[in-house]
Amino acid sequence: MNIADYKGVWVFAEQRDGKLQKVALELIGKGKELADKLGTEVTALLLGSQADGIAKDLIAHGADKVLYADSPLLKHFTTDGYTKVICELVKERKPEIILVGATYIGRDLGPRVAARLATGLTADCTGLDVDPETKHLQMTRPAFGGNLMATIETAKHRPQMSTVRPGVFAKLDEDKSRKGKIEKISANLKETDIRVKVEDVVKIAKDVVDIGEAKIIVSGGRGLGSKEGFDVLRELADVLGGAVGGSRPTIENGWIDKSCQVGQTGQTVKPQVYIACGISGAIQHLAGMQDSDFIIAINKDEGAPIMQVADLGLVGDYKKVVPEMVAQIKALDN
Amino acid sequence: MNIVVCLKQVPDTTEVKIDPKTGTLIREGVPSIINPDDKNALEEALVLKDNAGAKVTVVSMGPPQAQAAIREALAMGADEGILLSDRAFGGADTLATSHALAGALKKLDYDIIFAGRQAIDGDTAQVGPEIAEHLGIPQVTYVEKVDIEGDKIKLRRAWEDGYETSTVKPPVLLTAIKELNTPRYMHMKNIFKIFNQEIKTWNADDIGVDKSLLGLSGSATKVKRSATKEPKGAGEVINKPFKEAAAYAVSKLKEKHYV
Repeated sequence: MNIADYKGVWVFAEQRDGKLQKVALELIGKGKELADKLGTEVTALLLGSQADGIAKDLIAHGADKVLYADSPLLKHFTTDGYTKVICELVKERKPEIILVGATYIGRDLGPRVAARLATGLTADCTGLDVDPETKHLQMTRPAFGGNLMATIETAKHRPQMSTVRPGVFAKLDEDKSRKGKIEKISANLKETDIRVKVEDVVKIAKDVVDIGEAKIIVSGGRGLGSKEGFDVLRELADVLGGAVGGSRPTIENGWIDKSCQVGQTGQTVKPQVYIACGISGAIQHLAGMQDSDFIIAINKDEGAPIMQVADLGLVGDYKKVVPEMVAQIKALDN
Repeated sequence: MNIVVCLKQVPDTTEVKIDPKTGTLIREGVPSIINPDDKNALEEALVLKDNAGAKVTVVSMGPPQAQAAIREALAMGADEGILLSDRAFGGADTLATSHALAGALKKLDYDIIFAGRQAIDGDTAQVGPEIAEHLGIPQVTYVEKVDIEGDKIKLRRAWEDGYETSTVKPPVLLTAIKELNTPRYMHMKNIFKIFNQEIKTWNADDIGVDKSLLGLSGSATKVKRSATKEPKGAGEVINKPFKEAAAYAVSKLKEKHYV
C-alpha cells in the first residue's frame, strides 16, 4: 500500500428513512477543517434511494463533492449492503480519511468496513487534527472511562478511520449558493449479497425532546430519590427554557426515558448550562457532560466527585434549593 | 447447535473512583469482572442451551488471570472454556484482537458466535463486527431478542428510536446489549464441579494466525501519547442555607446572561 496514493477526506452521510442525520453535517464541518490543512477536498459518501435532495443538502453544508450510491437495496441500512458498496468505492478512489458518526449504524458499519479494508478505526473521537509534519490524522479520545485523553494515529494504514459522536463537532451554516459536484453511482448490489433479511422496523413514539439540541439541561441522578424528583427539576427546566436529562441509574429505575440519558452509554451533551441534581459524578456520567459551558451541581454530599467538575457546587438538598431557584427566577421577571 | 461466546475480563470501571486530592484514577483494589455486555451474551447462550440443548463454549483473550472469568462462565453453565493467552497478543488494538479471536474460532464449530456489544474499558464496540468480517459471516448488533425458528434465527435489534426484526441463517455473529436478558447467578453445584475442570489455553502458535497480524505489530492504531485531562479552572463550592445558595446560583446565571 502506498500511503501517498490516498487523498481526500470522506464523510459517511448517514441517512435514515430519507432523513439526513445531523452528525453527518457536523462531520462535514470538521472534515472541511481537516481537508483545508491537508490541501484536499471533503467528499460526502451517501448511500440510499431517491436521495437527490440530501445530496444537495450536503453541498450546502460544506461538502465539495458528493458520491451518491443509489439503489433500492440501500434505502434502509444493512451491514452487508453498505459495507460492500463503501469498500468497493474506497478501493477504487482511495480516500486518506473516513469520518463516520458514532450512531448505532456507525458502530455496526465502521468496524466491518475497517476490518475489510484491514485498516485502523478509532471510536468516539472527541478531537481530530492533522500533524503538520507527517500529515497523519491525530485522533483524540477519552480512555479508561474518561479520565485519560489518548491521542491515536493510524500511521501505516489507509484510510484512517474515526467515529465521532453526535454533538461533538459543529456543522457549518447552510449556504445554498455553495457549489459542489454530485456524482451518482449505480450500486453494484444484488439481493443475495444481503444476508440478514430485515422484516419490521418499529419506531417507538415518545414525547422526545432532543437533549442534544438543548442549550440548558437540568439533570437528575440517583440522589433524586424517586421519579417525582423529576417533577421538581422539570419546573426549573421550564422556567429556564431548557430540557430535562438523567444519569443512567434513573433510566434503569424507570424514572425517566432513555432518550434523556446523559453519559457514556447515553448521549454526549455540551449545553451552555448543565445543572446536575443528586448526581454523584461517576466517570461514565462526566464523560457525557463535562464540556458544558457552565456546570452547577446540587448535592447533599460535599465530597461527591461532581463537585470537582462543577463551576458552582451547592451543598444542599435539591428539594429545597431547586424550588427556591425557580421562585427567584420568576421574581426576576417582575 | 454450537454456540461460542466471546468474553472479556475487565476492571469494573463503574467502581473506579477519582482521588479527590489529585484528580487521578484510583486503580488499586478495583475488582475484575466479566464485561457486562458479554455476560448478557453468555446468558442468552445458556438459555438456548436450556431450551434447545445447545453446546456453549466460552473463549477469552487475556492474561492468565482471565481464567477466573472463564471459570465464572463455566459455573454459570457453559460447557467448555478456552483461554487465548500469549505475550504475542499483548498491546493489540481491536484489529489485532479480532484476528486472534477469529483464529481461535476457526478451530471451533459454531452456529452462533455471541459477543457483548462493547467492553466497559475500551468502549469501542469494534471487536465483534471485526471478527465477523474475518470469518466472512453476517452480523447483527445491539441484539435484544433471539429466537430459533427451524433453520433460521429470528432477531430483534435495537435502534436509538425503536427496534427492527430480522432473520438470518446461521452461522452468524451477534452482539448483545443489556436489554437482552438478566444474567443468572452461578449454580452452587457447578462451582464445585468446575473447580477442577480443565480450561484449555491456546497460544499464538495454536491459532495459526500470521504473527504480523497479532499484538502490537498487528495493530493499525497506536497510542501516540496519553495525558490526564487539564483540570478545569477550579470551581467554587458553597455550603449555605438553601435560600442563599439558590440566590447565589441565580445571580451567577443572570451574570452570564443565561436568564
